[in-house]
Formats: sequence, structure tokens, C-alpha cells
Amino acid sequence: MSVIPETSTIISPLPEPRPRPPKVRTKPGVSLFEPSIVRRAARDAMVKLNPRHQIRNPVMFVVLVGSVWTTVLFARDLGKATTSDSVFVALVAAWLWFTVLFANFAEAVAEGRGKAQADTLRKTRSQTVAHVRHADGTTTDVASTELTIGDLCVVGPGELIPGDGDVVEGIASVDESAITGESAPVIRESGGDRSAVTGGTRVLSDLIVVKISTRPGESFIDRMIALVEGASRQKTPNEIALNILLAGLTIIFLVAVVTLQPFAHYSDAAQSITVLVALLVCLIPTTIGALLSAIGIAGMDRLVQRNVLAMSGRAVEAAGDVSTLLLDKTGTITFGNRMASEFLPVGGCSEATLAEVVLLSSLADETPEGRSIVALAKDRYGLESRELPGAELIPFTAQTRMSGIEWEGRSIRKGAADSVRRWVGEKGGPLPEDLGPIVERIAMSGGTPLVVAEGNGILGVIHLKDTIKPGMVERFAEMRLMGIRTVMITGDNPLTAKAIADEAGVDDFLAEATPEDKMARIRAEQAGGNLVAMTGDGTNDAPALAQADVGVAMNTGTQAAKEAGNMVDLDSNPTKLLEIVEIGKQLLITRGSLTTFSIANDVAKYFAIIPAMFQNVFPPLKTLNIMKLDNPHSAILSAVIFNAIIIVLLIPIALRGVKFRPMGAAAVLRRNLLIYGAGGIVAPFVGIKLIDVVIAGLGVK
Amino acid sequence: MTTAGWVELAILIAALAVTTPLLGAYMAKVYDPTLGRPRGDRVFSAIERPIYRICRIDPESEQRWSTYALSLLAFSLVSVLILYAQLRLQGHLLLNPDRYKGIEPKLSFNTAVSFLTNTNWQAYGDGVMSQLSQMTGLAFHNFVSAAAGAAVAVAFIRGLIRRTAGTLGNFWVDLIRTCVRILLPLAFVAAIVLMSQGVIDNFHGARPVTTVAGQTQTIPGGPLASQEAIKEGGQNGGGFFGTNSAHPFENPNGVSNLVEIWLMLAIPFAFTYTFGKMARNQKQGWVVFATMFALWLGMLLVIAPLEARGSPLLTIGGADQRTTSLQAGGNMEGKETRFGPVGCGYFAASTTSTSDGAVNCQHDSLTPIGGGTALVNMMYGEISPGGTGSGLFGMLIFALLAVFIAGLMVGRTPEFLGKKIQGPEMKLVVLYLLLPAILILGFAGAAMLVHSALNSRLNTGPHGLSEIVYAYTEAFNNNGSAFGGLTANTAWYDTTLGIVMLAGRFLPMIAVLAIGGSLGRKKVVPATAGTFPTATPLFGGLLFGVVIIVVGLTYFPVVALGPAVEHLAGHFGL
Repeated sequence: MSVIPETSTIISPLPEPRPRPPKVRTKPGVSLFEPSIVRRAARDAMVKLNPRHQIRNPVMFVVLVGSVWTTVLFARDLGKATTSDSVFVALVAAWLWFTVLFANFAEAVAEGRGKAQADTLRKTRSQTVAHVRHADGTTTDVASTELTIGDLCVVGPGELIPGDGDVVEGIASVDESAITGESAPVIRESGGDRSAVTGGTRVLSDLIVVKISTRPGESFIDRMIALVEGASRQKTPNEIALNILLAGLTIIFLVAVVTLQPFAHYSDAAQSITVLVALLVCLIPTTIGALLSAIGIAGMDRLVQRNVLAMSGRAVEAAGDVSTLLLDKTGTITFGNRMASEFLPVGGCSEATLAEVVLLSSLADETPEGRSIVALAKDRYGLESRELPGAELIPFTAQTRMSGIEWEGRSIRKGAADSVRRWVGEKGGPLPEDLGPIVERIAMSGGTPLVVAEGNGILGVIHLKDTIKPGMVERFAEMRLMGIRTVMITGDNPLTAKAIADEAGVDDFLAEATPEDKMARIRAEQAGGNLVAMTGDGTNDAPALAQADVGVAMNTGTQAAKEAGNMVDLDSNPTKLLEIVEIGKQLLITRGSLTTFSIANDVAKYFAIIPAMFQNVFPPLKTLNIMKLDNPHSAILSAVIFNAIIIVLLIPIALRGVKFRPMGAAAVLRRNLLIYGAGGIVAPFVGIKLIDVVIAGLGVK
Repeated sequence: MTTAGWVELAILIAALAVTTPLLGAYMAKVYDPTLGRPRGDRVFSAIERPIYRICRIDPESEQRWSTYALSLLAFSLVSVLILYAQLRLQGHLLLNPDRYKGIEPKLSFNTAVSFLTNTNWQAYGDGVMSQLSQMTGLAFHNFVSAAAGAAVAVAFIRGLIRRTAGTLGNFWVDLIRTCVRILLPLAFVAAIVLMSQGVIDNFHGARPVTTVAGQTQTIPGGPLASQEAIKEGGQNGGGFFGTNSAHPFENPNGVSNLVEIWLMLAIPFAFTYTFGKMARNQKQGWVVFATMFALWLGMLLVIAPLEARGSPLLTIGGADQRTTSLQAGGNMEGKETRFGPVGCGYFAASTTSTSDGAVNCQHDSLTPIGGGTALVNMMYGEISPGGTGSGLFGMLIFALLAVFIAGLMVGRTPEFLGKKIQGPEMKLVVLYLLLPAILILGFAGAAMLVHSALNSRLNTGPHGLSEIVYAYTEAFNNNGSAFGGLTANTAWYDTTLGIVMLAGRFLPMIAVLAIGGSLGRKKVVPATAGTFPTATPLFGGLLFGVVIIVVGLTYFPVVALGPAVEHLAGHFGL
């Protein structure tokens, strides 16, 4: 077995990979509670009072009906009822209206940032003129809105690309900051996996021909606007199921409250409609009902903030359920270039000498591997770069499989073990005995040994290996903690693959993988009940992206890949998949926690309202007034006010999401049950009591 | 509570601890042959095979959930019509030594429905039912109604544990196997044990005898021990006599009392073990067991001590309620001196937490909170441990709800035993929870507005409210015990309670089968560290909390206006 170093044949068209921080950056962008967003949301909250909007949320619709009803009662009885009763009804009605408005406000704030972003995007969608090339080579100018699929458009430097498509001729640098926010231009070229261009982005240099692949109005930017604005938002499966539960609870409480009246009548304690409506609104799950859609919108928004576009909310939810991650080795787990990790002297050579010779051999080597050797020599051995005047570079060739330098009479080579051995052998130099085992060991571990020689002596070996990105090992450990298996996909042979898999700490690997293998693996995982997430960019990834439950396409990838996946990462950072999973989980956790909180709240409300309703007829029921609320009116009002205010207080949690830490489900459950379950029972006792103290102090009787 | 009381409780718990795994493991093998050959297979197969042949049942064939449900309904319809006819015609039939006449239509309807639905609410009194009606008509339903509950539970378990399966088993096979292999042998042994304690079993009519004091007295006869065994063993609760297990021929002494309490708890608790065994997840079974057990024991420890303490109002009135060598002490109103307040408290707690409904004391005369506790026990939906099978599926529906509410909190679509709980299941779970709220509160609320309904009360005020609410609660939950003050054999109650019993029995069962069918078709998601753990004490606690909160929130107002007010008034003066 021989591992052939091809150091000089790799031309990386990408800038040198820099270590990425493990967490993906969040756009500095606008805060959730920017004054302009809040102002706009306050206005939208009123607009959303439209019953046609409200009916979509059965819980809040009941509150709206209650608000209207109590308001009518107030108007009807004005002047007839006692002042104390009128004030009470007026206050209940007012706070019911607030409850509805607060819910609308929560939704509007959640939409706010997306709307602002959509406005910006709309500006970039300005009409452009497309130069459509015909079969005979002539071009005619057509408005970009008139383009049809298959049109070939010529785009020159400084021009906007008229529509989504693939580059079919040429190579150009393109400024995609309009959609990605990233100012550094990217290269787009025909053929290969970097051919996709997006309408509305600008060509900076060179001329390309783009084959249009989407109709105007269905372009990427159009979809992006619809997504960030929430216009195309559909309820996700879990949201639907939760809505069913909330509607069911609402009906149960409706029955409980409606049938309470005959029981009250029997007990000679018939209640006013206002009190019954107040009880009903306090019992139905308004807190989660009010925040549910805001939570969903905010989840999508969190993805957008990280430059990921989810084509459906379903995909975000599925991300939370993912149990297997398929990760490409190159670019995701490792940097994709072999890098020097250590210098191993042989034959009695000292490490310092070896380092110095190695540095000389690579100072003029501009390949990523060469630069990594220089970096290692500098970092670990404290060597300095220096000028090498008059040095003659020996470039790598496929025949010699060595590169090197001739400088001031020194002759230095590095390269494949057998080539360097032969080179030294020809000069009659000795072969150190410890060379063989070291080369063998490096090759066995999946690395690449580069043997270094000067003159007729072999000095040592450079260990090149695929370097794991910083932070990945920890991320994989976190994933395992959350019960997610990571599978590394690589074209490497099983030996190399295993070595890297072990080092990175992934759970499994798929070596010498073809696109068909990948597809088969996804199918196998799914057949076993697992949900699979993967990233991909090439056209041959498209089927797998479509098959996976969560397929994240890189924005740099082909149009086919972007169509097949259900998310697009504008930063084209495959590591982000881990982030997406966390956001999906956080979305579900936030929903679950606030639901639990909302239902747990009801206990205290019963203890506030039931004694207040019946203590005049049954004085012993005062014992149930364990909060010692001042009087029946203030007790009922306090519960209603708490019910409204808690919505506002929870908006930040709904929008930012419940704090998420990667840990096992049992630990997450215990923690959240304590905070939102037990907390949900206790909090309203405290809150209602405090409000009661205030309004009793204000003289409400 | 007395030392004897605590010892009795310890014996009862020990007996349950022993029989739950023994009986549960055996039952699991009856329902799931892949777990091994159940005991007595040869004998039982020989009994079953002719039945299958006569009824043209292919024991190997399986049914989809809808066919399973239709089989259940068809079987129920035919058997209830037969019972109705038999009751109407009993005057012309055999084994009627006391020459009882045929039963009037509304009472026949109510009674037929009552026994069909495993409620065994007895709107009739003594001197109505012939021995043939008891032994064939009613006893038949005592077996098959319990077996039908078991069948639905087993079908539901299959839905939970099967992978992408379209079928849930065969209703006829499950029904027959439950009767032949579980209920009949258990009833056979239990009847002999009860006879050893003095429960009578004969075909006599009533006999006049001259007592020691020279008076004449009429002593009734009948096949009691055999009826008593399945009455408790199948959580039926319909007594041979109107006084039910308070009658010395049905329940002669403290030992028979304990045996009867154990009988009503044995199969429902054992079903949790059966579930664990069939799911190949015994821990899960124990978590369900522990939740049921905690609910049962907790409520029992409310009733028994309260009854033992007696009523503070009576103490104020100068009554001596202390326990001495001459009196049992405590609240003895409506109780037998053979059992005392503790023996009655245990029985009342167990008969209401199972769907049994047999009584050995007058529930109407329990202390306010004692009676309220019996009421709330039924409001839980008969899940602690409930009826044969029906207790288990009821608790598992709550488990699905608990998984759904809290399951999202771990960041995954909620799963139970690897099955995702989604929209279609939640729709049915919500329906399951809505039904009792609508039917119990709806009909009880309506009764508050109907004069004839209110006239049936024995008491006015909060206690009268409790009587009516109790009637609809026991009817929906197919319990059959009564706040005896209510005169129930009226057109209003016979009809509405009949409707509530039918709806309370079959609608939830259809929902449960539909959920089972929907879950059965799903894939099983393999458990990982990210899976919501349901076989843990934490989940048991959560399940307990969800039951308390959901039930509490539904019934808090009505309980506050009934038993709670009455209790507080007793302490603080109304």
C-alpha cells in the first residue's frame, strides 16, 4: 500500500480555510425589540383584531367574543347597575381586550424583524434588463419579469443577474451580499457544483452566461421574502396537534363554565355573565394560545438570523426530531486539506534540525499543505520565515513525486517515502532503520507521511493529516448527549475513514461512499425509524437531499441541490447543521414549556375565582381563598389581569426561545418540568396576590 | 384508624404485590402467544375450539381497528337485546322460585344497558330479578362486559407495540380467551373461597323460618357465591341483593370483605404487568402500576381515616364516636358493624377507584369528603386501577396526554413507546377527555333545571347536588355504585342514565381502538438519549400530576359546590 502525496496538484479555488468558531455567528442585525419594530407591532396588533384573523386561533377567538360580550353588557347596564358593579364590568372588559391585543402584539413582534428584512429584500428585487442570447448568437434585451425558463442571459461586470439559474459559460466573481449579507465576493463558474446564481445578485468581474431556471415571481428572493415575512407560513404538524389539544381544553372549560351556571342556580348563587366570562378566559389556555404562533414565527426567524432559509416550518420541526446526522467529512468535519501535525526525526537527527530543514523546504511552497508545514514550524519550534535569495525551487511533478529547494549549496527534498528513499539511495545515502516503521504507522493511521531529506541523509518525516475543525469533537459529544448519532460520509478508504472518525468522535462512518451509498444509508436509517439530516451541494447530492428528512443545501451549490433540499444555508457552512438541529429542538421545547406553564397556571386561578363566586352564599368557601384576596371583585379582576400580563411577560421567552443546553432528555425534562410545571403552579399564586394588593389598594370593591 | 385497620391494609397490599406479577404474566401469555405457552393451554384450547367452530371464528385471523370496533358493537347490540327480552319475559321463564313478574320497559332498558356496559347500576330493588335472570342474563354480562374491556385494552396495547401493522388482533378470540382462561377460572376459585367464609350458594326461593325468639322471618336464597365472585372479579358490582356487599349472605365477615376488595383490584392491577410484559418493557408497566397504586392508596387514605374519625357535627351534638370495645366508633351511619368504618372505607375507596361499584356501606352516608373522595375517584375516569382492561387503557390515554404536554419539552415530537403522538391521535385523546365533561356535567347540569329530576333527591342543598352529580359520574364511568338517597327508577333517570352509560362505555372504547389503529400503523422510533423517558419515576409523577390537574380543572367547581361546601360547613358552620 502506498499513500501518494499530491501536494502540488491540489489547487484550492477557495480562500485558505480559517478555523471557524464552533458556534455560527448571528447577524448583528436588528434586535427583537427595536423601537421601530415595537411601534409597528403595536399598530399591527390592532389590525389583527379582524375576526377573520382571530378565528384561526380558537382560544383567542373565545377571548375576543368574551371581550365584545362584556363590553356590550357594560354599555347596556351603564347607569342601571351600581357604580361598583359598573367599574368591575368595565375593568374586566378592558382587560379582556388587552388579553387579545397582547396576543396580537406577540405575533406582530415576532413577525417584525422578518417584515423589516423583507422590505430590504424587496428593494433588491428591482427590475433589471436581461440580455437574452438566441441560438444564432444575437442578444435582445428583455425585462427580467418577462424571462422564461431556459432563457440564456449574458451578464457582464457590474450588472445584476436577472433571475435564478445556472452558469453555463464562463467564470465570474459575484457579490451576493444582497441575500447573504456577506460582502466578500464568491466565484461562480459553469459546470461543477458551484454553478448556481441567484437573481438580484451582482456580477463583479468577467462575463457569464446564465441559464434561467425559475419563473419570475417564484425566484429565490421571492420565496425568501415570503418566508421571512411569514406570509407562506403554514402550521407545522406539532403545532396542529397542539392546537387540537388547546381547542379541546377550551371546549372542556367551556362546558365546565356553562354547566356551572345551573349548579350555581341550584345553590341560589347564579352568576353574572361577566364573572362567568372572566372565569372561562382565565381557565382556557390563553397564555400558550396567545404565544403559539409567535413561537413558530420566531423559530423560523432564528434560522433566518443565522442565514438559513427553511422552505417549510415542517423542516424546522423535523430538525428537532432528527436522530441521525449524515455529515460529509471534507469541509464539515475536517478542513478538507491535509495539514502538518508533527515532525518526526529519524536516524538520530534532532527535532530542531529537522524543523529548520522542513521550514526551508516549504517556505516557497504555496500549497495549503506547504503553508501548514510552515505554520507548524513557526508555532511549535519558534522559527522565523526568512528570504531565500537565489534559491532554486524544485516543483512537484507526477514523475518525481517530490518537491524541494536548492539554496546556497544545500539540496533539500520532501515527498513520497519511496521517491525520497530512491533519491537518497541514488546518492549512496543510508536508510535509517526507524524510517520504515514511522512511515508505516502514519499511513496506517490514515495520515500521509512526507519524508524529508537533505543531501544524502534522510532527516525525518512530516506527518500530514486531515485536521478536524476546532470544536467539532465537543459538538459531537453534545449531539450524542442529545441522542443524535453522527455518521461521517467520506470517499476515503475504510482505514483512513476509521482513523478520522475515531479522532472526531463520530458514531459511525461510511467509507468510499458513492452518492448511491449515501442514498441507501438514508433509506436504511429511515426504515429503522430514524429521522435523517444531511447537507449537500452537488447535483449528485440532490436525490439524497430530497430523501433526507432535513436536507440543507449549500447556497454555493447547484440549483438542483437547492431545489431538492428543504433548507438553504446562505453561508454555505455545512457545520451549521448542528445549529439547525438545536434551533429545531429549542422551538419544540419552548412550545412544550409554555403549554405546561399555561395549564399549570389554572390551579391558582380556580382558587382565586371559585371562592369569590360563591363565598357570599357559602361563607365556608372562604377557606378556599388561600391567597386571602381582598374581595370577590378584586379576586376575579386580579386573575384576569394576571392572565393578560403573563402573556406580555412571556413574549421574550417565546421569541428568544427557552434556554437550551445540550443534555439528555431525562435531564432536560426534569429541569423544564421544575421550572415551567412547578413554576407554573406557584407563579400565579404570587402574581395574583400582588395584583390584588395593588387593585384593592386602588379601592376596587 | 385502628391497628387492625392497618394490618388489613398491609395484607391487602401484600396480596396485590404477589398477584399482580403472577396474574399479569399469565394474562400476557394468554394474549400474546409469542411470550410462551400459558398454563392449562391444552384444557382451555379444548374448551375454546368447539366455540370457535360453532361461531365460525378463525382464531388465526386478525382485524383492523374498525372491524374490531364493529365486532364489539355488534356483539354488544345483540347481547343487550337478548337481555332486554329476557328481563321483559322473565315471568314466563324457568328458575323463578319467587314468581317475579316481567320487568317494565324503562327499567328493563336501564338494567340491560347497565349490565351490558359493566356499570351494574341497579335501579331495581329486591324482589324483582328471578334467579334465572341473575344467573344467565346478568351473570353472562358480568363475564362478557369485563372481557370486552379486556379485549379493547389488549387491542390498544397491540397498537402501541406493533410496527407498521394494520391489525389489532381478533375481538372474538380476545373475548372468548378472556372469559375462558382468565375470568372463569378466577371466578371458580373465588366462589369456593367465598363459600368457605359463609357466602351462600343454592337454588332456594325465600323461606320463612322461625327465629330463636319465636318470630317468623323470610330468609332469601340463591346462587350467591358464584355471582359474587364475578361481581367483584370483573368489576361489575351488581349485587344479588339490593344491599349488595353489605348483606351478610354476600359478604359475611372481615375476611370475605378483604377477599372481595382484593378480587376487584386484582385483574386491573395485573393488567399493568401484562402491558409491561407485552411491550417487552416491564419497567413501563410498573410505572403505570405505581401511578394507579398511588392514586388508589392516596384516596383510600383519605376516606378510611375520615370515616374512622366520624362527623364533627355529631360530636358537637353530644354523640360518642370513639372506638371502644363496645362500639366501632367513627361515622357508623349506613355501615355494617361487621366491617366498621375502616373496612367500609377500604371497600368504598376500592369500589369507586375500580369500576366495580359494589358497596358494603351506604355511600350517601359517608362523611362529606369521604363521599366526595368516592366521587372524585370515579371522576378520574376509573383508572386507579379501573375496570378489567378499561382501567389500563384509560390510564394509557392519560399517558399519551402527559407525553404530549410535556414531551415537547425535550425538543422532540412526543413519543410513547417509540410511537409518535401527532394530530390524529391528539384529536381522539381530546375527544376521550371531552366526553365525560360534556356528558357528566351536561346531564347533571340539566338535571338541576328539571323538576322531576330534583324531586328524586333525598337531601337538599349541597348534599342533594352531590347525589345527582354522583349518579351521572358513576353512570358515565360504568361504576354502578350509588349515593343511595337518589330515587333512580324514574323516567328521567332510567333514560338519561341509560344514555350516559351507553355513551360512557362505547364512545371512549371506539376512540381508544381508533388510537390503537392509528398507532399500530406507525413506525417505531428507536429510543436514544434524546427520547422522552417514560419508564421512570419522573414520568410516573408527571402522569399522576396530569391526571390530578386535568380532572381537577374539569370538576373543581362542581366538587366545590357539593362535597367541599358540605365538608367546610361541617367544620365552620354553614
